[in-house]
This record gives sequence, structure tokens and C-alpha cells, in this order.
Amino acid sequence: MEFYFASFSDFMWMEGHGPYVWASYALTIIVFIGMALGPKLRKSKFVQQQRALAARNEAAVEVANNEPR
Amino acid sequence: MAWQWFHRLGSPKWFYEKTARWVQVMGWLALALLGVGVVWGLGFAPEEAKQGNSYRIIYIHVPVAIVSMAGYYVMAFSGAVGLIWRMKLSYMVMKAAAPVGAAMTFLALATGAIWGKPTWGTYWVWDARLTSMLVLFFLYLGVMALQEAYQNQESADKTCAILSLVGMVNIPIIYKSVDWWFTLHQPATLKLTEKSSIAPEMAYPLILMIFAVYLFYGWLVLSKTRVEVLHREAKTQWVKDTALGGR
Repeated sequence: MEFYFASFSDFMWMEGHGPYVWASYALTIIVFIGMALGPKLRKSKFVQQQRALAARNEAAVEVANNEPR
Repeated sequence: MAWQWFHRLGSPKWFYEKTARWVQVMGWLALALLGVGVVWGLGFAPEEAKQGNSYRIIYIHVPVAIVSMAGYYVMAFSGAVGLIWRMKLSYMVMKAAAPVGAAMTFLALATGAIWGKPTWGTYWVWDARLTSMLVLFFLYLGVMALQEAYQNQESADKTCAILSLVGMVNIPIIYKSVDWWFTLHQPATLKLTEKSSIAPEMAYPLILMIFAVYLFYGWLVLSKTRVEVLHREAKTQWVKDTALGGR
């Protein structure tokens, strides 16, 4: 199998269809990357919230334990 | 015994632990196949006789369009399983599938419009294929909006499942629209039962890309479902342990 285009500029230009082809691929890659990052960001946010919650609970327990009876 | 896996699937904890490995394998495999497919389709596949190089858009347009329709079935069937067997996990898959499907439909519409300009001379026509795809996009958006419209998660899940099932009628219409009505859109290129109207050198990267986008879709829905599991089970001890352990 051989590279279809004679030169890199041919590859970019694609006989005038380059802008359409590259725009389609660029858009797809942007949307794919955006989608791939979504769950990762949501999970790290969730983990942060849970840790903050646990820390607050721990602090509250400590305060309650130190209160004079 | 035979139904044990089904009951286990209903357990979010079991699902979360079991899919930890799969999700990684799927993600990397999808990335590798997408890379190979894109390079192959853009640089190595030959030029098409009538459409020239603009046809190279097929390597993303057709896979995302196929997956956008298959993804609707995923969403609707998950909703049905949730309604029938009251399986919570199934509703989570349904919720995860909606935004991914919407994005795939959006890409099918957008790349189709870009492809239309050099091929048909216009970005958009209101013909059966394009209009029914637009309806699919709105159905996905509708399910996403409904999911947010309820305070109560159970009501949101049930309503979304019903909307998904009703909207399923659109899928065969999209699929058959190029045969039923006169349209600018070309008929299906790849056929399972008849001879395909595409040369093998062009078909191989297309088949690879369809597989890769399916895999990417599966990975996305799985990842989203896993995060949804954490949110909905946030009060349980295992989720607290998972979050604090940083797994």
C-alpha cells in the first residue's frame, strides 16, 4: 500500500476538496476529545466532593468528641 | 444459574468492579483503531472517480451515522429493560447513551453538510434522510432535557425510557428513507446481503472505521455509566471507599 498523494501540499489541498475534508475531520476530532474528557472530569469532581465531605464529617466528629460533658 | 449474570448486572457495585479492566482495554483499542483508520482513509485509500477527494469524509460520516442510529437502540432497549425489570443500572446506561448519541448525530449531520457542499452544491436540503436525521438529533436532545426536568430520578428515568421507545419508530424511517423517497442522498454504500457498491480498497478502511467508532462509542457509554453509578450510589459504603481510595 502506498501513500496516495504525490506531495504534502497535494495531501493538504486534495484538489480543492481539502478544506471540506479537513474541516470534517477536525470537527470530529474536537467532538471526540471533548466527549472523552467528559466522564474523567465528572469523576474527578465527584471524588473531590466526596473527600471534602469526608474531611468535614471527620472534623465535625472531632469537635463533638472534644466538647465538655 | 443461567440467570445469575443478569441479577449480578443489576448490582452497580459488581458492574463497576467488573468493567474497570474492560474500559481501559476498550479505550486504548478504540484510540489505536481510530488512528489507523483515519490515516488509511485520508492518505492511503484511492480517490473516488466521481466525487474526487471529498468522498474521504465517508470515513467519519458513515461510521458516526451508523452508530448514532445503533446508539438509539441501545438507549431505547436500556430504557425498556429498566421499565420491565426495574433494573437501576439499565437506566444509567440509558442516561449515558443520550448525550453520546446526540453528539454522534450532530457529527453525522455536520460532516454530511460539509460533504454536501462540494458534492451537491448545497449544505442542506429538506429531504427525507436529512430531515429524519435531524428528528433523531432532537429526540436525543429531548431525552437529555427530560432527564434534567425532574427532581425525582425515578420519574425522570421512566419518562425518558418511554420517550426513547416511542422515538424508536424514527430509526427504520431514517434507514429506509433513501429507498422510499427521492433524495439527493446516495443509497447505502455497504450492504450485508448484496454486493457493495464500493471498491475493496475503499471499503476496508471504512469497515475498520465503523468498528473503531463502535468501540469508541462503547467505551464512552461504559465510562459515562460508571461515573453515573458513583453518583447514584454515593451514599453506599463501597462508593465512599472507592472515592477516598482514589480508585
